[in-house]
Amino acid sequence: MNLRDVQKILKAEVLCSEHLLEREVETGFGCDLMSEMLAFAGSHTLLITSLTNEHVIHTAEIMDAVGVVYVSGKQPAKEIINKANHNNIPLLSTPFLMFECCGLLFTSGLKGCKRDNS
Amino acid sequence: MNRINEEAENKPQLKLEFEIKEKDFNVAGEAASKVKKTLQQLGLTPEAVRNIAIVIYEAVMNVVIHATCGQLKVIIIPERVTVLTEDKGIGISNIELAMKEGYSTATHEIREMGFGAGMGLPNIKQCSHKLNIKSQVGVGTVLEAIIYLPSKDEKG
Repeated sequence: MNLRDVQKILKAEVLCSEHLLEREVETGFGCDLMSEMLAFAGSHTLLITSLTNEHVIHTAEIMDAVGVVYVSGKQPAKEIINKANHNNIPLLSTPFLMFECCGLLFTSGLKGCKRDNS
Repeated sequence: MNRINEEAENKPQLKLEFEIKEKDFNVAGEAASKVKKTLQQLGLTPEAVRNIAIVIYEAVMNVVIHATCGQLKVIIIPERVTVLTEDKGIGISNIELAMKEGYSTATHEIREMGFGAGMGLPNIKQCSHKLNIKSQVGVGTVLEAIIYLPSKDEKG
């Protein structure tokens, strides 16, 4: 699936980099711990989180994430959105809570990351 | 540690340095991001770039969280990249324990930022080929992580 599919499934608002929604999403990773993402998320992964600080953007950039979904309708501050936009990281905000968000994507065919992903 | 630095002096090398100040949480991501861009321009493999960026992010985050100040040096030579952090601070009393996944002495405030889950040093070890940590309680810590680079023939 691509980010446009993700947006539809999650009824998500696109916060930036809308022109990159054709990007293919290979795996999903839901977590609020950045070190877990750094340890286990593969590349071309969609990061799903409720954390809205700048570390999420740095982590996404380092991991070559395809984009970030904020759950529970959360949205980061404007400067963080600008930073993501500058780094070509699409940000989406979904009203669904973490469990439902991951469940919706999983049942639509998106696979999770494995522990030995690198 | 000295042996490696002396050997590196005779080869073409690129050295990147960053000052790390107390509670300057942004410096970790920014340093990792800057080095990542430099390494990409140098044509390193995506896997090597990613591993080095993760090591930098986690190592600098450790300095910001636990120490009062420090320095990051990234030394790039054709065969390998060395990530070196030196800090002044409380030090690590039990390195073996600190290496265990899930062990952390970070505060609730740090955890709320998404760090302090006890994955920092295990992540650094996972992403590097060699890891040396020297620490003195009440003085500070020196961390050296080495990532060997595949030769051009091996890149495929």
